[in-house]
Amino acid sequence: MTDHGETTRKGGEIRNFGTQTYKVVGTRPIRHDGTDKVTGRAVYGGDIRLPGMLYGQILRSPHAHARIQRIDTSRAEALPGVHAVVTAADLPDTTGGRIDLGEGHADTKYMRDNILAGDKVLYRGHAVAGVAAVSLHVAEEALALIDVDYELLEPVIDVETAMKDSAPLLHEGLTTTELNEDTGRKSNIAMHIRHEMGDVQQAFAGAAHVAEAEIRTATVHQGYIEPQNGTASWSEDGQLTIWTSTQGSFTAQKQLATILDIPVSKVRVIPQEIGGGFGGKIPVYVEPVAALLSRKTAHPVKIIMTRADVFESTGPTPGSYVRVKMATDASGKLVASEAHIALEAGAFPGAEIGAAAMCVFSCYDIPHAVVDGYDVVVNKPKSAPYRAPGATQVTWPVEKVMDDLARQLGKDPVAFRLDNAAAEGTRRVDGIVYPRIGGRECLEVARDSDHYQSELSGPYRGRGMAIGYWFNIGLKSAVTASVNADGTVHLVEGSTDIGGTRTSVAMQFAETLGLDAADIYPSVGDTSAIGYTDVTGGSRVTYATGWAAYEAAEDVKRQMIERAAILWESSADQVEYSDGVFKTRDGSKSADFKQLAQKLEDTGGPVVGRATVHPDTGVGGSFAVNIVDVEVDPDTGKVDILRFTVIQDAGKAIHPSYVEGQMQGGSVQGIGWALNEEYAYTEEGRMANSTFLDYRMPTSLDLPMIETIIVEVPNPGHPYGVRGVGEASIAPPPAAVAAAVENATGTQLNVLPLRPDRIINAMEDSIPAAAG
Amino acid sequence: MAMVWIPAPWREKLTQGQQQVDVEGATVRQVIEALDARFPGMRQRIIDPEHDRIRHDIAVSVDGEISVEGLRRKVGETSEVHFLPAMAGG
Amino acid sequence: MSKIHVQCTINGEPTEFLCEARQSLLEVLREELGFTGTKEGCNDGNCGACSVTVDGVLVDSCLILAAEVQDKTVGTVEGLASAEGLHPLQQKFLEHASLQCGICTPGFLVASKALLDANPNPSQHEIRHWLAGNLCRCTGYDKIVRAVLDAAGTAE
Ligand code: FES
Ligand code: FES
Repeated sequence: MTDHGETTRKGGEIRNFGTQTYKVVGTRPIRHDGTDKVTGRAVYGGDIRLPGMLYGQILRSPHAHARIQRIDTSRAEALPGVHAVVTAADLPDTTGGRIDLGEGHADTKYMRDNILAGDKVLYRGHAVAGVAAVSLHVAEEALALIDVDYELLEPVIDVETAMKDSAPLLHEGLTTTELNEDTGRKSNIAMHIRHEMGDVQQAFAGAAHVAEAEIRTATVHQGYIEPQNGTASWSEDGQLTIWTSTQGSFTAQKQLATILDIPVSKVRVIPQEIGGGFGGKIPVYVEPVAALLSRKTAHPVKIIMTRADVFESTGPTPGSYVRVKMATDASGKLVASEAHIALEAGAFPGAEIGAAAMCVFSCYDIPHAVVDGYDVVVNKPKSAPYRAPGATQVTWPVEKVMDDLARQLGKDPVAFRLDNAAAEGTRRVDGIVYPRIGGRECLEVARDSDHYQSELSGPYRGRGMAIGYWFNIGLKSAVTASVNADGTVHLVEGSTDIGGTRTSVAMQFAETLGLDAADIYPSVGDTSAIGYTDVTGGSRVTYATGWAAYEAAEDVKRQMIERAAILWESSADQVEYSDGVFKTRDGSKSADFKQLAQKLEDTGGPVVGRATVHPDTGVGGSFAVNIVDVEVDPDTGKVDILRFTVIQDAGKAIHPSYVEGQMQGGSVQGIGWALNEEYAYTEEGRMANSTFLDYRMPTSLDLPMIETIIVEVPNPGHPYGVRGVGEASIAPPPAAVAAAVENATGTQLNVLPLRPDRIINAMEDSIPAAAG
Repeated sequence: MAMVWIPAPWREKLTQGQQQVDVEGATVRQVIEALDARFPGMRQRIIDPEHDRIRHDIAVSVDGEISVEGLRRKVGETSEVHFLPAMAGG
Repeated sequence: MSKIHVQCTINGEPTEFLCEARQSLLEVLREELGFTGTKEGCNDGNCGACSVTVDGVLVDSCLILAAEVQDKTVGTVEGLASAEGLHPLQQKFLEHASLQCGICTPGFLVASKALLDANPNPSQHEIRHWLAGNLCRCTGYDKIVRAVLDAAGTAE
């Protein structure tokens, strides 16, 4: 039985490497939207109900790869209660173009084909038709009455097969591009990326120690608990309104406008509370179908995915095949490395191969390195970003090789990593030179931690550690702030709030103005109420939207100083503001923020501060280190996590509890990826486990407390030193857990997840390095 | 002079294997023009002429930070300029 | 399809509704009666987001038919707080930052209340065991378990 660890701690440890102390920033106030969320009042996308609303359902392909020969919707349309049926024929067929989603680009044709299949279905679960009816049950019945004739084609469901010349092609017109040059080669390989630095061959030739690993990881899902949903109302004047759970209302707006070929101004997206996303709620799925159905029926239409739909037709993260080879000189300094990374994009191009290729060696200082990355289409749902997309798949092989090298050198794994850790000034394989980063500090804190210093003994017990990296992104954010007569402030931001960012943004605003967090009332504006704001993703909200809040607060401050000057019949340069108090320089007049707010009526009316940002300095990547102890049941191969510690660089933790929450949540997703989670496919390319019963995500019983140590190496590029923390924590757990299991069992493992049968087989073979 | 890091796939074809090249230029656009003068073909690989911007599948970074001003981004005397595949997060 | 007339008590209020035989309690709560605090994550009994109590027993409301609650007492998340304020569990969930996206929260609260009603002093293991039917993808459970321990006063 798992010993779940100590329970008294209220908040985790914080290790400070030069951050400042603030009044609001760094405290743990109750989140602003908390009461609504614990009482059931908060309105999520699925909770929307409009007068005259119809319920939509989507018919999905039962086949992994087939040509659609004919769709006959007449029987469905004749069913009483059915208002309309739509297929790809209802989508515009304007061609060409790609759209900028803020986080990467998408090809318009592929996007439409993924919403409703054109001439081919490319995965089981691919949407084929949509129905709107008076009730969910009638819509469901109607699906069974849609007749589709398919010509079955051979599916290809894993990346290695898909890369072969003999593989069936998903897209007849797809050719491989290199960086951005079309090679003209027809293939399932959509893109090949190469980074190269130094003279790799020569460096390997002169190396003293060499190790390599060949790793396969399964397709896994983001696993958010709230299924995708969308409600559309297309009014007679051509205005489309969408209520949805999305990571980015403006990104959803842009996708809808592109897919439906209407101007963005005709689409208003009203973001609802969102029940998790982790990257998977950046693309739209059901919203365009609901829109088409609404236009055809002149009613609002709501579509909610089933859980099976979510598994079979949204997001997963790419399965992968990765080879890594690394070498050191005799003293244990890394001299050379090479990686071959192949990611499954799913049915359409666009796995996060660029990120994987950049992250693979990003924790270390390696003078000679080469990386080849391949974006490969297979007959699975189009992959979507999942927390540090691409990083997790490449972290295990690198960390496995690092452990092997440490063993060869007779060094402690953390010490060996510290000897080679990337730091300010290190040039990465993609050529970029690091600014101030916190990887080394994370390793030092790990080394000195109570966990790493503790003894672990007992049969079939083992310890592992690993480090992972995510680069984070900046992008665009907008914030407006209206000062109320009672001295509080209504703050409107464009970033949808998945994990408490209303509060982390409001706290930065409060800090800047010397107010309390409780004085700020943050809300998320729809696309008609706030300036363009990119997705909640890339660990950017607390960083970039927080920065916008800081700038908006400075704007409010400027305006309030002018008001004080009017009030006191002085001039703005004679008024200063500190610690929440405005005063004249001669000290004769003073008023605190609340007092001055009461005088706005008499000094010119409302004060509204605003700011938009698009930071391009100091986005600041984040590192996460794990230490994990496991016990393996030698009879069943089941792995128990005995103790787990995550150490992560947060720059400055605005609200430490929610930073810990990100670290813990990411860690547990990584543990699930390591031990249980996978898409199990039949030979015909059908997912065999599309329920939460069979797709086994970690439950509370599977886990101990997740110990956290926040490392604060301030980000010099941000007003409060923030580094995004949402993602790096998912990268190291599979590597750390696998290392612990290998140590516990004396085996070598090469395939995720580390299923009990795989562990037992490896133990039976018990020939090191020959398992899998 | 700014240092330009040449993406690996372009080295064979354009720069005779050179990994780093020093060129004059006060903006990303000028750097690209200077590069193209020495290694014809650079411009078309980086600039989308129709929209007068960096191609959608490329990101340009100056001193380690992705440029949000694209071609108009200022480049310093000792800056490093990189052309990378455009990327995303989650 | 003819409808069934059901009388029951929801959060202490006598309630009656009409439903189809095939409608789950979850569907009727959300779509007919407006109790949208009860969430749907899977509709097949594997996530616990739809947790409610029926005559004090914790159930997944997606797994029972609405017609089955005739003469029974149903408790949802909307019934936890009162005019006096939040239930201690709700307060502890806020203090411990036990929610991120919050979609699982109503289910965890209803399930945790059922636990504390049955066992006012649960150990950490008992809490983890009881809550194993509720999935949370955001938090890793740490802060949820701490909140329940704190609410029970059994933090070790
Ligand atoms: S919705 Fe009932 S258990 Fe998931
Ligand atoms: S807080 Fe998001 S699923 Fe639990």
